[in-house]
Amino acid sequence: MNRHAETGSVSGISIAIPLALLAALSGAVAVKAGFASSGQHDGGVTAPEVVTIQPHSFEYREATEYFRKGLAVDAPKHDAKVRLPLDVMKFQTSRAEYQRCVLDGACAPAEYEGQAGPDLPVTGVSYDDAVQYAAWLSQRTGENWRLPSDFELAYAAADRFPDDALGIDADDTNPATRWLADYEREARRAASTNPKPQPRGSFGISTTGLVDFAGNIWEWTSTCNRRVDLDKTAEAETLDPAGCGIIIASGKHRSPMSSFVRNPKGGGCAVGAPPDNLGFRLVRRPTFFQSVVAFARRAATDALGPHISAHTEQNENEG
Amino acid sequence: MTNTMQMTRRTMLTGAAVAGALTPIIVASTAAHADDHAAPAELKGAKKVDLSKLAREKVELVKPPFVHAHDQKAKGGPKIKEFTLTIEEKKMVLDKDGTEVNAMTFNGSVPGPLMVVHQDDYVELTLINPETNTMQHNIDFHAATGGLGGGALTVVNPGESTVLRFKATKAGVFVYHCAPPGMVPWHVTSGMNGAIMVLPREGLTDGHGKPLVYDKVYYVGEQDFYIPRDETGKFKKYESPGEAYEDTVAVMKTLTPTHIVFNGAVGALTGDNAMTAKVGETVLIIHSQANRDTRPHLIGGHGEYVWATGKFANVPDIDQETWFIPGGTAGAAIYTFAQPGIYAYVNHNLIEAFELGAAAHFKVTGDWNDDLMTSVKSPQAS
Repeated sequence: MNRHAETGSVSGISIAIPLALLAALSGAVAVKAGFASSGQHDGGVTAPEVVTIQPHSFEYREATEYFRKGLAVDAPKHDAKVRLPLDVMKFQTSRAEYQRCVLDGACAPAEYEGQAGPDLPVTGVSYDDAVQYAAWLSQRTGENWRLPSDFELAYAAADRFPDDALGIDADDTNPATRWLADYEREARRAASTNPKPQPRGSFGISTTGLVDFAGNIWEWTSTCNRRVDLDKTAEAETLDPAGCGIIIASGKHRSPMSSFVRNPKGGGCAVGAPPDNLGFRLVRRPTFFQSVVAFARRAATDALGPHISAHTEQNENEG
Repeated sequence: MTNTMQMTRRTMLTGAAVAGALTPIIVASTAAHADDHAAPAELKGAKKVDLSKLAREKVELVKPPFVHAHDQKAKGGPKIKEFTLTIEEKKMVLDKDGTEVNAMTFNGSVPGPLMVVHQDDYVELTLINPETNTMQHNIDFHAATGGLGGGALTVVNPGESTVLRFKATKAGVFVYHCAPPGMVPWHVTSGMNGAIMVLPREGLTDGHGKPLVYDKVYYVGEQDFYIPRDETGKFKKYESPGEAYEDTVAVMKTLTPTHIVFNGAVGALTGDNAMTAKVGETVLIIHSQANRDTRPHLIGGHGEYVWATGKFANVPDIDQETWFIPGGTAGAAIYTFAQPGIYAYVNHNLIEAFELGAAAHFKVTGDWNDDLMTSVKSPQAS
């Protein structure tokens, strides 16, 4: 039940495009796509360094909030298999990178203390700021940059993506059990980390090569905060982030935040510890040529079996 | 910075000496004035108490929000309760951004520890100003009678100590604070204040004969801080209190605190340090604010018996949502927790609570009562 949209769209692409057509077109389109894109962008900006996440399977706990009998329960976990690679920024967007957009007049200044160095990640940025930056970066590089979904971040961060289930018996009818467990966990987390943004690389690297995920910066995603009531049969539809206002920031746990918030704060009825900082990294949507190559490679893998698969993987790693 | 007056230890001591010389005059006039007021027992020629015959009890103070062990109902006759407060000037960190204050403290904490005695007990306080401090200090007990609350008799220079004894004639929670000549608000807003609880000898009642017994007591000390900023808006740091003095007073005069916190720092009573209780437990919350008005509120709970101005001979207000404590007062509220969960205990000026820091948490365990509250429809698209 409830397959997340991301897996759905991946399978959609694969079915929509016939293999034979792709194989025939690939060479010519590559050249054409390259020319077309370089003619459109403003230039002058170096694209950020990316890591390419290789197709793999992983367990994904949904970012959606689930309720049963009126009370919150842990979201379900699924086996996810992603069959297309993903280009994602190796590091979080730095202060210096973000500052270029500010100086260009396309981005609002970020709200952080200290200098705009290349080594420190940008913090004090809202979802809206991140979307602006992605649009600007796309314009200036001629590539297509956007925020990752929560699912894509989980795919990219692999072993560094925490399972934020509280592990409380779903039959527990005392809502305070969950509130207290969540509070204790957040208190432990908040007490154990220095909230000051740290230089790149301070929080380590995932097996997939993603640096600093789930340190003291929560990263904006393109995923809307959704609720599902398990007592109802109807599924909640996927919401368009542009219209939902409450967006998931992912890090040590998921945190739904208003899209205009730059500096998260605790308090009020949300008594837990808020994220330390808000920042982001972007994913690069593949060009048509890259899609074709990835698809062809996958199709070949599927057709020719595990022997070729291993060979292909090795080539990719070298590349 | 170079041409501003640097407040050195010497200039402070000199200023204090001048003010000290004036003190007897002030004391004399205050005493005369006091005679015009209601004549309490001690003015009706009450028999002189032979203090040498009274039992003495030495009390070890503990750091707030905790309170030293004590009887709610007094056992036997009045006693002499001995306390020691050591003044500590030290830097304290106010928030997660590392903002510093050159704090002045009683026993190293903001607020200073809560002392508990019973009405008609004698409080015998040893006040120590260690040689390592740079300033002159004293103590003014709002619970004490005469001598500027003890302030006139307790001015101690670094390296000195003094012993003050006063009779706790009024029942209630009362603020104590440092009140050195010429610098009272600076010392008080640097953290130098606390509270004393003088319990009725028979313990607390609802004012209609029903005893009120608490299972737990917490002491929340609310403090407004005034930290100077540099040209870029960043909070400044200073080597010593003297160097911070002039800039700090300038901020104080705006009457706009930069921080309003419980127990010395933003978040000091949250997370691992959140206060705890169980469903069914009765908790007495003492709340003091030595300088500024406040309005405590327990989010999700109530003040079932509240002495907003803290004086136990008055009938408590019942079932309060928010209660008002004027600056320079300690208040008390009793609540029996009826539901488990996380409760926020805040100054319900919510800007002061959530933007400036005046918020604490209670973690309460126990069984949920569906009758009191139920989620009929979970949040979902409607």
